[in-house]
Amino acid sequence: MTGALLQVADLVKTFGSGEAETRVLRGLSLRLDKGELSALLGPSGSGKSTLLTILGTLMQPTSGSHTMLGVDLTMAQDRALTDFRNRHIGFVFQFHNLLPDFTALENVIFPTAVREGRETAAARARGRDLLGRMGLADRVNFPSTNLSGGQKQRVAVARALMNSPELVLADEPTGNLDRASAVQVMELIGQINRDEGTTFLISTHDEKIAATCRRQIVVGEGVVTG
Amino acid sequence: MLYALKIAFRYLLSSKAQTALLFLGVALGVFIFIFMSALIGGLANFILASIAGDLSHVSIVAEVEDPALLLDKNLGQILLVQEKSALRQAVLRDTAIYVPMIEALPGVVAVSPQITGSGFITRGGQVAQVAINGVAPGKESAIVQLESYLVAGSVRLGTGLVVIGQTLADDLDLTVGDTIRLDSAQGIDALLTVSGIYKIGQGGFDRATAYVSLDTARTLTALPQGVTRIEIKLADLMTADATALRITAITGLNATSWTEQGAQVMSALEAQGQTGLLLKSFAMVSIVIGIASSLLLSTYRRKAEIGIMRAMGASRRFVVFVFVSQGALVGLVGGLSGAGLGYLVLSAFPPRDAAHPAVMPIDITEGAFGLAILLTVAIATLAAILPARSAARVDPVTAIGQ
Repeated sequence: MTGALLQVADLVKTFGSGEAETRVLRGLSLRLDKGELSALLGPSGSGKSTLLTILGTLMQPTSGSHTMLGVDLTMAQDRALTDFRNRHIGFVFQFHNLLPDFTALENVIFPTAVREGRETAAARARGRDLLGRMGLADRVNFPSTNLSGGQKQRVAVARALMNSPELVLADEPTGNLDRASAVQVMELIGQINRDEGTTFLISTHDEKIAATCRRQIVVGEGVVTG
Repeated sequence: MLYALKIAFRYLLSSKAQTALLFLGVALGVFIFIFMSALIGGLANFILASIAGDLSHVSIVAEVEDPALLLDKNLGQILLVQEKSALRQAVLRDTAIYVPMIEALPGVVAVSPQITGSGFITRGGQVAQVAINGVAPGKESAIVQLESYLVAGSVRLGTGLVVIGQTLADDLDLTVGDTIRLDSAQGIDALLTVSGIYKIGQGGFDRATAYVSLDTARTLTALPQGVTRIEIKLADLMTADATALRITAITGLNATSWTEQGAQVMSALEAQGQTGLLLKSFAMVSIVIGIASSLLLSTYRRKAEIGIMRAMGASRRFVVFVFVSQGALVGLVGGLSGAGLGYLVLSAFPPRDAAHPAVMPIDITEGAFGLAILLTVAIATLAAILPARSAARVDPVTAIGQ
């Protein structure tokens, strides 16, 4: 279960140019091992979201190196990054970001369907299984807009796990939930981490949420400080 | 890409009112396209049928050939002045060879060898100038549909019979069975019995054309053999130019298409066709603008969703396909609806054969339904490319952060 899942070294990310240039990451280095459940802490503007975006291959660093599963992603083209993201990385956003015209099940199986070009029976079966594990067996065919905030976030977690990714990046996954729902979501994440060995990196401001993770990574001024 | 198609469907169905309006707009554009095609095409057919329907589509007219000069070469330079004379008779010989050859050409409906001349009809003290038109018995209606214009008697021509126009009959107070004397320009006369009276509705024809049999015309014009012209009717009068060239190539005779005389009609029809094309283009442009603007709005509205899809591993190509599919679906449904509406409306108009000046000469067979649907699907798909490209360029990070 151990061994490096991903590694970034000397990551620099700047936005804008000239006088308007803002350097968000300033030579950040980090290693995540397989099966880790880590919290990413730090004040607003410290570079947490930018780091998650780069680790999720949604953005490329200005400089530095980024490898995951032994693949150098630093200079990869968009098509390759999209495919890599689909197969190996799951996302959970603060505002769930479900597709509003889709049911809960359709949202969950989207990552597989988009890769295979159709909704297969196997994908539907896995989607139902995941929703069942999230306690949403009776909400499978509900339009996503009819679900509560906590239910939506659990659907988002199921969607992130659909393609059995090695890494799930969660950006404030409980930030928009009440305490009970937040605890429920974190318990689910912890259970999946234990059962399937999926690596989680959870960005949060909440010390209690961070305390449920085995490792706390603190980012400040664009570098890892602790 | 079935999955992209499903999402395209879902997006269209999620905004029912907007999609319905979009379909309606496209359907109206297609309807205008079809209606204009049927109107312009029908009008052109009606005009051509009215103007060229009773014309010979290809004519071969005998040309006067000057006899060879037999001069002594030792006479030196000679100035020879020859005055043209309209009285000289030009003759087409060997028609027995040419006519079957022309009849065998594709698209040729009828071939009518004729002897034409001029003369005077005398009835008591009244005299009227006429054009003598000698046609072979059985081919009276080969070029001009005399049978359909007949108001009295029969068009069947035979020895001693003449068919004249209504105006001439009125001028000379003639009825079927009356006898007249026809004097030709060659100074030969014949007593003929009026066997039929026609009314074409054109002054020149009805007042001044007398139809006689080929044998009678031969006698009157003192033409023992050959004919003066051959008139040819085609199934499609728009092929007249090509057929005339072909006849010339095969026979060596100077065949001329009706379009040489009807150049003004052709240019008027061309101008009319271009106007129609312009109006149809406007209809298509409005479809493009409608679809492009609607899908562009949809792109902006769904920016966050596109960002989520991209984050979940949807490729740019997948996003493009979702939006292009929407355009194609709008084009297909709108095109079929517009074509259906067009068919319903155009069916209310009389068929092309029953068209008359009192109603718009709309021809449903000129509606170009298939072209309209195909063109609509094609341009709707093209119109969706700009919004689709715009959607594919959405930055997932920015879009999700909104």
